[in-house]
Amino acid sequence: MSEVTTAPVLTAKDFVTDQEVRWCPGCGDYSILAQVQKVMPTIGVPKENIVIVSGIGCSSRFPYYMNTYGMHSIHGRATAIASGLKAARPELSVWVVTGDGDGLSIGGNHTIHLLRRNFDLNVLLFNNQIYGLTKGQYSPTSEENKVTKSTPFGSIDHPFNPLALALGADATFVARSMDRDPKHLQNMLTRSHQHKGASFLEIYQNCNIFNDGTFETFTEKSTKAEQVLFLEQGKPLLFGAGNNKGIKLDGFTPKVVNLEEGYSADDLWIHDEKDIYKAQILVRIFDDPKTEGHLPRPFGVFYETDRKCYEEVMEQQIAAAKAKKPADLDKLLRGNEVWTIN
Amino acid sequence: MMRKEVVLSDVVIKFAGDSGDGMQLTGSQFTNSTALLGIDLATFPDFPAEIRAPQGTIPGVSGYQLRFSSNPIFTPGDLCDVLVAMNAAALKTNLSQLKKGGKIIANSDGFDAKNLRLANYSEAVNPLEDGSLDNYELIKMDVTKMTREALKDVALGMKEKDRAKNMFVLGFLYFMYNRSLDNSIEFLKVKFGKKDEILNSNIKALQAGYNYGDTTETFTTTYSVASAKMEPGEYRSIMGNQSIAFGLIAASQKSGLQLFLGSYPITPATDILHDLAKYKNFGIKTFQAEDEIAAITSAIGASYGGSMGVTTTSGPGMALKSEAMGLAVMLEIPLLIINIQRGGPSTGLPTKTEQSDLMQAYYGRNGECPMPIISASTPSDCFNAVYEAFKISVQHMTPVIFLSDGYIANGAEPWRFPKSEDLSSIEVKVKTSLEDGEEKLLPYKRDEKMVRSWIIPGTEGLEHRIGGLEKENLTGNISYNTDNHQLMVKIRQAKVDRIAEYIPLQTLDSGPIKGDLLVLGWGSTYGSIKSAVADLQSQGKSVAHAHLRHLRPFPKNLGEILKNYDTVLVPEINNGQLIRIIRDVYFVDAKGYNKIMGIPMTKTELVEEFGKYL
Repeated sequence: MSEVTTAPVLTAKDFVTDQEVRWCPGCGDYSILAQVQKVMPTIGVPKENIVIVSGIGCSSRFPYYMNTYGMHSIHGRATAIASGLKAARPELSVWVVTGDGDGLSIGGNHTIHLLRRNFDLNVLLFNNQIYGLTKGQYSPTSEENKVTKSTPFGSIDHPFNPLALALGADATFVARSMDRDPKHLQNMLTRSHQHKGASFLEIYQNCNIFNDGTFETFTEKSTKAEQVLFLEQGKPLLFGAGNNKGIKLDGFTPKVVNLEEGYSADDLWIHDEKDIYKAQILVRIFDDPKTEGHLPRPFGVFYETDRKCYEEVMEQQIAAAKAKKPADLDKLLRGNEVWTIN
Repeated sequence: MMRKEVVLSDVVIKFAGDSGDGMQLTGSQFTNSTALLGIDLATFPDFPAEIRAPQGTIPGVSGYQLRFSSNPIFTPGDLCDVLVAMNAAALKTNLSQLKKGGKIIANSDGFDAKNLRLANYSEAVNPLEDGSLDNYELIKMDVTKMTREALKDVALGMKEKDRAKNMFVLGFLYFMYNRSLDNSIEFLKVKFGKKDEILNSNIKALQAGYNYGDTTETFTTTYSVASAKMEPGEYRSIMGNQSIAFGLIAASQKSGLQLFLGSYPITPATDILHDLAKYKNFGIKTFQAEDEIAAITSAIGASYGGSMGVTTTSGPGMALKSEAMGLAVMLEIPLLIINIQRGGPSTGLPTKTEQSDLMQAYYGRNGECPMPIISASTPSDCFNAVYEAFKISVQHMTPVIFLSDGYIANGAEPWRFPKSEDLSSIEVKVKTSLEDGEEKLLPYKRDEKMVRSWIIPGTEGLEHRIGGLEKENLTGNISYNTDNHQLMVKIRQAKVDRIAEYIPLQTLDSGPIKGDLLVLGWGSTYGSIKSAVADLQSQGKSVAHAHLRHLRPFPKNLGEILKNYDTVLVPEINNGQLIRIIRDVYFVDAKGYNKIMGIPMTKTELVEEFGKYL
């Protein structure tokens, strides 16, 4: 009888390190860390094959708190480091933890190039719409007119729409979640992992010190139902108390309709993650919740598609080259034109 | 017809024309045919920064200098014996580099009114006609007309036909130097194999040029150069950047480490990326990154994953990489940063050579950030030097800077290539488990070389985190402890300093072990210094030459060597960089000789300069 060995079943605790977590008490990062630690034992990847790479910023301390392999690198470059790592070691499960400053400002260039190349790795962008580690300057996702230490008269920068940017860079998986909804976040983390290709998951994260409550309207029980539109594959776009409202596409324009006023679920926009054209409209549903007649903010998987992964094609090219011409160092050094001196 | 054959020992030819005239190809073809005859050679391609500067103008002149000799040579020569001038601008730019009495082979069609105007000659004055070249041997030929004539049956437009002009000139030179056309015909077949008409036109023009020399009775003398007395063995021709690519491949094969190149195109380093991209059959991964920073950080990612990460660049690119180089110093992982130096600062002189990034390599990072620095002296030396840099990086777990320059990168020379079995082994140690008695992983525990273990993701039980924040000694955990920071700064410095225990002692390239003058050089000045020193030694002067490969740390005995001479002279193609470090480290009142013109030093000027101290 052969001996059957199975990998030990791990729990969230196995992913906790002996390092003291040094985020401010009440920071949204705690919840994200907890959800990641909960999801990791469930994805079927040996712990030693998981690598978390981060840049600089509050969120980038993340690797120190995950009992996996990890690198806390330099500002903005985690995406590029992860690209090289994945190219060299395709079998590893690579997770990039970055923030709105790290991933969209100083490292914006690497983020878009990673997405278009479609390395099979996961980008978790913690968006708190502020620079926390440097104590409160506006970020590339801060709203216009925001008053911060570096913008005492209000910011004149127009903010990025991170998901529209990702989709513009031809990302193959685009999703949004929030720190205050553990179940949804776990689900989105799992989906990110399952997607073969570059996954871009934006996570709304509260900075309770420098930008407290910026996402409150989406996360608080009292307003969440009216302000949040959860996307589910093949389901109509419903929101509101008891799902009494929905989104209908009027031409290319999304409109809110009330199901209590003669509309039925059949009239509504049915979510299809595979539809790039609809995804383009979905990511543009980005209204300021304070404005009159605004649309609710979508959360969930906006878009997913299959495209060849960079590291996969790289391996194929190498295998083909090896099959065609086996490596022969002496032949290489010798070249085609040799002469002899006696 | 009776023709005289004259045997020469040393010839310098400069091919010069418009950047669209194909002079680099002509020069390299003549070089290959020279090499195959076992004649020693050295080359110096010199091209404009613009891909196609306005046709016929002085900025558009592209040149290729080739020196070949039956004696061992180390430089492409100070002055030319033969100048091929495809147009007036080419003549104007290069005439001062031609020896008095030298030959000018001029394409007369390139000296029409328009070309003369573009080259800033007054239109009434054609140098081919006005007697101003009487001190030279002038061979005028209408290359354009004769090429068109030779190709009259070829179904190509005039513009395409004119592209074969360079082959006519090459054919004529093959006649002049008694060479066979076979090798170049083979080359053309490979290059234009699928384009029949173009292949045909090039071969016809090549043959027409040869026949023109052969059948015209004007040319009564041909020349030959005997093969050089070099060390016995098999040789090939090699260029500097190609030599780096080969050195990296060889080191990857011998170490068993996958090679990962992260690179962003930049002159004059790009050819290394081109070369390595070809050799996927050696398992090499090349990644053309979105910028210089992604180039190095992707390489850091690959090294962290257990590959040998390499990034290739030039001065401006290395400046962009400095923060990431600091990260690699903190992570203590292998990494090679290869800088093919060019004229600076800023964009500077992209296609011209300079040795002005030594200070950047030494000090150009934030914090106390020591890294070993290795340099190459000649095109073929790049192979061994980069092999050594690879080895140091892996065995001492440190990023290493490798310095070459534009002159080495594009120059060619004969190379007695090694057999793979003769290359030294590169032992790689990767930690795969805790040792007996080791309870907990200490990622920054060090061995007798002060080197920490390479622990790569995927290794069960050794999960750990590293990063750019200061780390606690041994554990690698974040530490802001004041004493610990001082300790770690000293440890990182000592680790690099200790490499001196593992590298060869400095030797003299030539000369007495004590004497009047020591010329201390590094990098591409090697050939010029060697030749100048040899000249002075043959006059009985007390002069020695030492050339540094290891710039950081220096070989242990360098200080002793420097004390044995009345004067230490440091020639550099910069404003004085090595000299400052030498003065600082050894308290030696070294003298400098600095040429910052984007071109190599000549033997002549060095003989004169060294003579001042003898």
